[in-house]
Amino acid sequence: MAHKNIIPFGPQHPVLPEPIHFDLVTEDEKIVDAIPSISYVHRGLERLVEKRDFIDMVHVADRICGLCSFMHSLGYCQAVEEIMKIEVPERALYLRTLWAELSRVHSHIFWLGVAADAFGYESLFMQSLRLREGVLDIFEETTGGRVILGVCKVGGVRKDITAETLQGILDRLTTLKKDLDELCTVFMNDYSIKHRLVGVGYISKEDAYTLGCVGPMARASGLDMDMRSLGYAAYKHLDVEPMVESGGDCYARCLVRIRETFHSIDLIRQAAGKIPEGPIDLKLKDTPNGEYFSRIEQPRGEVIHYVKGNGSKFLQRFRVRVPTFSNIPAMIKVLKGSEVADVPNIILTLDPCISCTER
Amino acid sequence: MSEPQEIVPIGKNELVGMVAHLFAEGYRLVQIGCSTLENGYELNYSFDKGYRFKNLRISVAPGEDVPSISAVYTNAFLYENEIHDLFGCSINDIAIDYHGTLYRTSIKTPFSVEHVNLPDPPKPKTAAPPPPKDKAKPQEEIPVERKE
Repeated sequence: MAHKNIIPFGPQHPVLPEPIHFDLVTEDEKIVDAIPSISYVHRGLERLVEKRDFIDMVHVADRICGLCSFMHSLGYCQAVEEIMKIEVPERALYLRTLWAELSRVHSHIFWLGVAADAFGYESLFMQSLRLREGVLDIFEETTGGRVILGVCKVGGVRKDITAETLQGILDRLTTLKKDLDELCTVFMNDYSIKHRLVGVGYISKEDAYTLGCVGPMARASGLDMDMRSLGYAAYKHLDVEPMVESGGDCYARCLVRIRETFHSIDLIRQAAGKIPEGPIDLKLKDTPNGEYFSRIEQPRGEVIHYVKGNGSKFLQRFRVRVPTFSNIPAMIKVLKGSEVADVPNIILTLDPCISCTER
Repeated sequence: MSEPQEIVPIGKNELVGMVAHLFAEGYRLVQIGCSTLENGYELNYSFDKGYRFKNLRISVAPGEDVPSISAVYTNAFLYENEIHDLFGCSINDIAIDYHGTLYRTSIKTPFSVEHVNLPDPPKPKTAAPPPPKDKAKPQEEIPVERKE
């Protein structure tokens, strides 16, 4: 019987920019157990509700994560608006949808870049991040921020987008789509990339469901599950189609993200064609008294923002269940039995966001 | 938007049975969340099936044991470890118990009753208060000289 060794993986690792930590129990080159540890950069943001009122908390939600900044503020605002029975103006809902889909585009392109870097394709990494810059430029032009957008607020949004700017965005997305086509051909057809990903880190549809997988990880295993189908924001007016693959391996997860990027560009185009004129926010007259679980689809999957208030301007509880946390049990399952050399690729294709997890 | 959400308060002894029933019906475990109350904790077990959201809720006192549902839903172990580490709730028979090493925070159980300050509910609005006593004093009569 082989001797068991424990290999600490992270929180600093050359392949992963995120400070995730696992104790990998190995027998020779096989992993027999993976023990996660959270809290290397835990911030306890949820307890800031004791010091910041429900309006200020939007800025805290905005800062949970750099990649899904807008998504967190959107989820939080939706929860508070639901409790306060606020009818957000239609134009604001469309603007939220536009920024949410742009966030998905830039997050997935960023993932492609980081994944390329992990495979040893540095030029592909640089090409990916060059394309992502275009989306960040759109953020800067429309919100003033490139990472933390700070544009969502309870009752609507802070900034509007003019018709000319919107047309400019659509023109730039046409170019982006063309460039992405070229880039994604490499991801989908390159022999070396396929060699590293196909058949690696497999998780079945049944396991994905019972282990609580969400987002691209669940959809890559054949689960037709996308919270945008709930019809929040302006999604009820758009043709949302969950991108589902059946492979269940690292390659399938890569394909799901590529297809979602193109679908998001299509959704932005649909939203831009239907956006109505009108106000972009409402004046608040009350304080939140009640509770609600807001569910939205982040780039990494279903996120839940639970908000509970008692009528005071400070909330009683704000909880965020992020997709990465929900995917950890499946991550442990996938790691068991895999080769040590495949660990970085497996973890990377699950796209963990430790900034979200360490909220 | 307004997604319909069902919140069902139950006793902690009914928990495992009801969760097993939901599992048999094909619900997936969405999350387990915990909230600190004035004198205890409220645990929310959220489930989903075909975008139908259902939430079971139990309330426990500090130090009171909570049964684990990880024998039914394997992924519950992570949430239960989280609740143990952050809130200090005692959860029995977790399938994979990290014994307090999942969250290695500098403050032990930072979300426990001892640490969390809950906001006071707003004071009910009352009628306008009576004017202060000084101002309520009747004005002294100034003697007026009358010319005859």
